[in-house]
Amino acid sequence: MEFAELIKTPRVDGVVLHRPFLPTVEGTLCLTGHHLILSSRQDNTEELWLLHSNIDSIEKRFVGSLGSIIVKCKDLRVIQLDIPGMEECLNISSSIEALSTLDSVSLMYPFFYRPMFEVIEDGWNSFLPQDFYWWFYEWRLSEVNTDFSVCLSYPPLVAVPKDVDDDTLRKVSTFRHGGRFPVLSYYHKKNGMVMMRAGQPLTGTNGRRCKEDEKLINATLRPGKRGYIIDTRTVNVAQQAKARGGGFELEANYPQWRRIHKALERSNVLQDSLIKLVEACNDQNHSMDRWLSKLEASSWQSNVKEILTTACLAAQCIDREGASVLVHGTEGTDSTLQVTSLAQIILDPTCRTIRGFQGLVEREWLQAGHPFQQRCSQSAFSNTKPRVEAPVFLLFLDCVWQILRQFPCSFEFCESFLVLLFEHAYASQFGTFLGNSAADRSKLSLPEKTVSLWSWVNRPQELERLSNPLYEANSLVIWPSVAPQSLLLWEGVFLRWNRSSKCLDEAYEEMVHIIEYNKELQNKVNSLRRQLAELETEDPLLQES
Amino acid sequence: KLKETMWKNNPKKILSAVENVRLLDRVSPRRSRVGTLYLTATHSIFVVNEAGVRNETWVLHSLVFSAEKQAATPSGCPLIIHCKNFQVLHFVIPRERECHDVHLSLQRLSQPESYEELYCFSYKPNVDEVERRQEWDFLDLKTDYSRMGLPNSLWKLSPVNRHYKVSDTYPADLFVPESATPPVIVGSSKFRSRGRFPALSYYSKENHAAICRSSQPLSGFSARCLEDEQMLEAILRSNPCSDFMYVVDTRPKLNAIANRAAGKGYENEDNYSNIKFQFIGIENIHVMRNSQQKMLEVCELRSPSMSDFLEGLESSGWLKHIKAVLDAGIFIAKAVAEEGVSVLVHCSDGWDRTAQVCSVASVLLDPYYRTIRGIMVLIEKDWISFGHKFSHRCNHLDGDPKEVSPVIDQFLECVWQLMEQFPCAFEFSERLLITIHSHIYSCQYGNFIGNNQRERIELGVRERTHSLWSHLWTNHADYINPLYRPDHSQTQGLLRPSTAPYSFKFWRGLYNRFDRGMHPRQSVEDYLRAIQEETQQLEEQLASHKQVRLSSATCDKSPTVRALGNDLSLANTPQDYTDGFITNSPKAPDDSLILQPQDSSQTSEPSFSNGSDQESGIADLSCRSPLSEDSTRDPDSDEAAYSAA
Repeated sequence: MEFAELIKTPRVDGVVLHRPFLPTVEGTLCLTGHHLILSSRQDNTEELWLLHSNIDSIEKRFVGSLGSIIVKCKDLRVIQLDIPGMEECLNISSSIEALSTLDSVSLMYPFFYRPMFEVIEDGWNSFLPQDFYWWFYEWRLSEVNTDFSVCLSYPPLVAVPKDVDDDTLRKVSTFRHGGRFPVLSYYHKKNGMVMMRAGQPLTGTNGRRCKEDEKLINATLRPGKRGYIIDTRTVNVAQQAKARGGGFELEANYPQWRRIHKALERSNVLQDSLIKLVEACNDQNHSMDRWLSKLEASSWQSNVKEILTTACLAAQCIDREGASVLVHGTEGTDSTLQVTSLAQIILDPTCRTIRGFQGLVEREWLQAGHPFQQRCSQSAFSNTKPRVEAPVFLLFLDCVWQILRQFPCSFEFCESFLVLLFEHAYASQFGTFLGNSAADRSKLSLPEKTVSLWSWVNRPQELERLSNPLYEANSLVIWPSVAPQSLLLWEGVFLRWNRSSKCLDEAYEEMVHIIEYNKELQNKVNSLRRQLAELETEDPLLQES
Repeated sequence: KLKETMWKNNPKKILSAVENVRLLDRVSPRRSRVGTLYLTATHSIFVVNEAGVRNETWVLHSLVFSAEKQAATPSGCPLIIHCKNFQVLHFVIPRERECHDVHLSLQRLSQPESYEELYCFSYKPNVDEVERRQEWDFLDLKTDYSRMGLPNSLWKLSPVNRHYKVSDTYPADLFVPESATPPVIVGSSKFRSRGRFPALSYYSKENHAAICRSSQPLSGFSARCLEDEQMLEAILRSNPCSDFMYVVDTRPKLNAIANRAAGKGYENEDNYSNIKFQFIGIENIHVMRNSQQKMLEVCELRSPSMSDFLEGLESSGWLKHIKAVLDAGIFIAKAVAEEGVSVLVHCSDGWDRTAQVCSVASVLLDPYYRTIRGIMVLIEKDWISFGHKFSHRCNHLDGDPKEVSPVIDQFLECVWQLMEQFPCAFEFSERLLITIHSHIYSCQYGNFIGNNQRERIELGVRERTHSLWSHLWTNHADYINPLYRPDHSQTQGLLRPSTAPYSFKFWRGLYNRFDRGMHPRQSVEDYLRAIQEETQQLEEQLASHKQVRLSSATCDKSPTVRALGNDLSLANTPQDYTDGFITNSPKAPDDSLILQPQDSSQTSEPSFSNGSDQESGIADLSCRSPLSEDSTRDPDSDEAAYSAA
């Protein structure tokens, strides 16, 4: 298929762009296979480059022969294009509609994008499992899933207990949802406790058992130790899952484990929550009562609180109770990953560095089989009833932001990094978030055909932009507060386009300035001291004085 | 450490002592501390001796809002103390009899019947009389008026109220239009509630527009007053560039109409030449009191869900009221700065909503009021001198509960909301607002005693008490906002805040001030302040390096190590994430957590067995109260414990 077939009108002059809090721009609108470009053809005004894949939905309006297209983006931006001429407007809108909803992954921009920057380190090789898991005592990397035959959503290499052989893993995989047998997620160096994740056990209504599953899970406990199974569903939901062949671990069969049920929402509920939240944020005319009630009704903040609380609980079991933890929900690809990844942010200072956080996203989201392509195919403005779309990853980022707000000096990265990940998860020139699993990525030959987001991030200029000037390595476990008073609306994402951020940006610059100036003076003083020391050694007289 | 010394050097006469009292942690009640509760004439002091570490919690009696004794339980008799600075203390006293006694004593001590009993008259810090007198000279409102360029050819200082004869709730010195003669002023005052005639609050040198304030006119359904009409005309004439003025009634229209039946009301546009009349619906003191009470109940909920909190916040209406006050301030500030039109503001008596709106408008208009000295001047002018009834509104004495209302709280919160939107525009940080708030209620300083200037003179406040302003100024380094830059663009001129509902936030720093676990564990403000201090030292070193050899003392440490010295041991404890799931389980981690889940007699909070693991450091700094030596104490005096440990 040629993109040209979809582009009915490649170019229109005299188009006016309206954006909140920015001056309007008049210029020429161009459509390419992957971009919507508006250029005023003047040097001093910026151009608008919008990826078609960033467009969530469009609306058309006509006043006489002047048409307007309202473009709602997945990054929550809303812009308006006034297009003279009804035919042009209709052509443009139908072209955008077609181009922003391409079915085939291989037509996506990352397959056409050629980097305009020097790749210092190929991000596709930056986070290999063998570099991360190799040193964990009592654990090994199994190749049982090399050809994705045991579990379609797992990566080729997974960490499992040393004592458990691949045959056992194959058997266990038949007892777990989607073949997701328990694997190592995190190893707590401080006390050797671990966190594992899996899909739900397929006990069904007649209480099926799997000896190998029990053996595997128990093999993760040290002698005399006990563990917790955190089921991200309520008891009721977990009970109901039995009717569909799922279920949960009966304590009788897993006597060394205690099960805790939490109430994390399933993905379709989360999508609804996002839509409601963004709708509330976008209506400037609300009264205070209406705003607060809509904020409450969206349940977004409740979801943040529940996810964070569950992650804290998992971390608490590991660090404070000295117990190992197994986390699962139904599929083990959504709420499970929110919990396991956030628990690591809390427990492991490495995850709070820029590189460590990339590693975490790579391990716990990309390799762990979070279906990014499905979940991020639509954002808050989708008109269709959500089926597979859900802001699971965005909620994770929101929770990280909450912890960052409470420990502003303990993260190497700043808020921009989280916003960047949000944007690229939904629309990107990089291949990192394409596909739903390692198997998909391998089939699409992403490492060969596309550029990794990490290649872009891990360059000095970008690292500088994303780094937190307040950072001071903090080796401790950080326990966030989950009180409603402590959890804030993530303005940097949800109010980003609805208010002027000028004053807040200035404050940030001022903060950077204060710190830079201090460093500069330190360097001066230190170099003077060095000079002085040199003089002293050269000049014995000075030494005596 | 400091507190311990205080205790020794400045022994309070102990009225009674109760042993084996438990102080419960509000967030997780399982964490409690056992100690002795001492009652003195001015404070209740809860002293814990744990492993040789002494830990004190001081509660100033004038800050006690209520003490509530609950039904006895097998573990003792609960006594819950609510403070006006939003601290809540939950004691359990072993014997009901003792609880009863403490409760009675507290009720008596916290609700004095006469001004003479207030703390400010017995508060005697180590300051000699000459210095004490100087404290009161620190702020002089005349200086502020001359800063505005007054008196000038348009506005004059009127001696008409010198002896509080025209209005006993107004200050002695007032600025009025040059053309307003004493008969006009007196005539106008007779047509206004409590004689509160229109007088100047703020004057803009640049365009001559002014904010004036008064009480409502006694217009009833049809009454007129020639002098009052002349008075308004005089105000209009004092703004040569403008041919009309706004009259802003800050009440909801219905309330104002209801007042007409009582012979009061609002200006009829037909009777006054060239006025534009405007209602701005800010609710009355009773609505505000109930609203804050509801909000505080929400803040106090024990592990509320997000919905509980947001629904409660919404139904309290608090943020809606804050928005209404700020909206009104914006309307006036824009009229003055953008249209160059003068405004007369009133409500009913002109001492509550009027004070709020005038002072918010001043903060928006004039960068001076966003400095440390400026905000003090503003409170002195629009609140203290114009007769906001502090003693009634803050319940300083045992009085009519219907007179109590958090009017000044709302002003302070409006300033805080603005600080959130303009982080570089204010010289002071949130800490200054919180400290001022605390002292408005503490009665430790004479500034806020009484209901108007005349009362303060009669009480001899200047002669017998200390002034908060000079105390704050002495410590003003503690209140500096490190991001403030006087030359910054957002610092200049009129502030144009967003008033979209989502721009208003819940002020955790004030209303949950004492719930340290809720606050960020690391404070950017403190970090930057430490860096700036170090920068200053470095600048000094650089400036003097030619003469003097650089001392090798500093610079080896990174600033962050210094700034966050405590944080490195930043220990913080997990909250109750478990809904009691884990905490009910037996203690030792190696023990089975599963076999005896019903045993709830033991707590297994690991934090408790390990002192160094408790919350400390950062959270402490971020809500540190710089209240002076002898005043209220942080709820948990862990600082002392840690420096000793």
